[in-house]
Amino acid sequence: MEAPALEVVGLGKSFGSVRAVDDLSFRVEPGRVTGFLGPNGSGKTTTLRMLLGLVRPSDGRALVGGHAYAEHPVPGALVGAALEATGFHPGRTGAAHLAAYAPQVGVGRERCREVLEQVGLTAAADRKVGGYSLGMRQHLGLATALLADPPALVLDEPANGLDPEGIVWLRGFLRHLAAQGRTVLVSSHVLGEVQHTVDDVVVIARGSLVHASSLSELAATAGARTYVETPTPERLAELCAERGWTCAPTGAGHEVPDVPAAEVGAAAYAAGLELHQLATRGADLEDVFLRLTGAAA
Amino acid sequence: MSRFTAALAAEWRKLTSTALWWVLALGMAAYLAFVGAAMAFSLTVAPEGQAPPLGGLDAALTVYGVLNAVGYVFPLVVGTLLVTTEVRHKTLTQTLLAEPRRGVVLGAKLVLAAGIGLLYGVAGVVGLVAAGAPVLSAVGDGAFLGDPQVVRALLLGVLVTGLWAVLGTGFGAVVPHQVAAVVAILAFTQFVEPIARLALGAVDGLSVVSAYLPGAAADAVVGASLVSQMGDVDLLPAWAGALVLLGYAAALTFAGRLTTFARDVV
Repeated sequence: MEAPALEVVGLGKSFGSVRAVDDLSFRVEPGRVTGFLGPNGSGKTTTLRMLLGLVRPSDGRALVGGHAYAEHPVPGALVGAALEATGFHPGRTGAAHLAAYAPQVGVGRERCREVLEQVGLTAAADRKVGGYSLGMRQHLGLATALLADPPALVLDEPANGLDPEGIVWLRGFLRHLAAQGRTVLVSSHVLGEVQHTVDDVVVIARGSLVHASSLSELAATAGARTYVETPTPERLAELCAERGWTCAPTGAGHEVPDVPAAEVGAAAYAAGLELHQLATRGADLEDVFLRLTGAAA
Repeated sequence: MSRFTAALAAEWRKLTSTALWWVLALGMAAYLAFVGAAMAFSLTVAPEGQAPPLGGLDAALTVYGVLNAVGYVFPLVVGTLLVTTEVRHKTLTQTLLAEPRRGVVLGAKLVLAAGIGLLYGVAGVVGLVAAGAPVLSAVGDGAFLGDPQVVRALLLGVLVTGLWAVLGTGFGAVVPHQVAAVVAILAFTQFVEPIARLALGAVDGLSVVSAYLPGAAADAVVGASLVSQMGDVDLLPAWAGALVLLGYAAALTFAGRLTTFARDVV
């Protein structure tokens, strides 16, 4: 399977006087899950729609495997996309929804049943979509995207409306698809939702790129925090003030950001401060995400 | 399968996988059965001592002529639905993902509309004949179902029903809002055009304009209708009437291609 890279170059879109996307460039590689992150209204969906030929860019280009989506002979078989949970006729059954798009991606009704089974909708296949829950609609959207067994997938907020169990399932499923060499682009407005799924992150805010890297590089910019519990918090506060550290109460203890645990422990020992807990807390990616997306204000 | 036939197959599956298309077809058959029977009674039954308003072949032709005169709302509506349901339920996104060439999508919808319109025409004929013919033969001078003029009127009625559906799809492409489109169709067909035809027909020099209204053009294809008999209106030749209807369909489709089918789909 030759999976195409997805690429946007200097992409821009104006709706009237509103600049929805501005000079956006990034690349999504095959074989990895890429998270496309940004707050609601930051231009994610508009960007995805430009990538898929639904919205015409005002500037720049959006490319699938080096060409515009619409230029491919059977684009629906190259990129499977699920853009929004509302794009279903409520009076149509799940199976009929898939069957309606099957001719254009060159598959039969057996394949429709197959993807319904893959996303766990077999029992609901012959029920009308109007009676589906939001999570079931998300799964039907995913089944539609998978219909042609495409080498690239573009999923817009696929975790919305899923229960925790569904999110864990989706995580494993997307990892599996990327491991097969496919290109997987997943948008979300909550980093935590995709944090354990993605290899790479592209973060946008107000239509502009604010960060693009691997997830581990993003985590490295977060800086560690040290968590301390002591029966004498007022002495800890004195110590922090002495050293010029910030010290924020959290739960039963305090957090000292940007100072390694060893350094806090040594200082406490030297000061004769009794500690009940001393631990390194992982980078809070959500904080980084909020900082990144807020900084563009 | 070519791109176009794949798009056509997809359109067919979309239309036939919800209930509306056969509900409307049944509605058309039932409505025409009712109007046909009522019309046959009113033309052939007269009070004691008076002659019925119409007799013989004229009565039969007038009854069978209501296929177009009162039935054309149904193909118009089903034609617009091919576009407006996609906009209303946002399935247009999925449709354009599968076929980003929007002209192909619109073309497939027009071809499907023609086919489904002919089917509606047949449904209308079935309803009309099933209820009108027995009344004509029992109360009037006969059903005249074998008469070449009757056969021609019914066949042309089916053809015109197909044209109305194509026109409807073009109209849906211009007015993609489902409720607005259906309201506009009902207002135009039941109110605006009948009044315009009568009014224009009453003014010398303007009656020629009224022949180019879509309803009058359709009447010209079929040969007769209630409204054209009430007003003293000159109709176009049948072939010209068909061309005028196709012209409306083409103009609306072109406008729809430049608006609804050119816009960003968000």
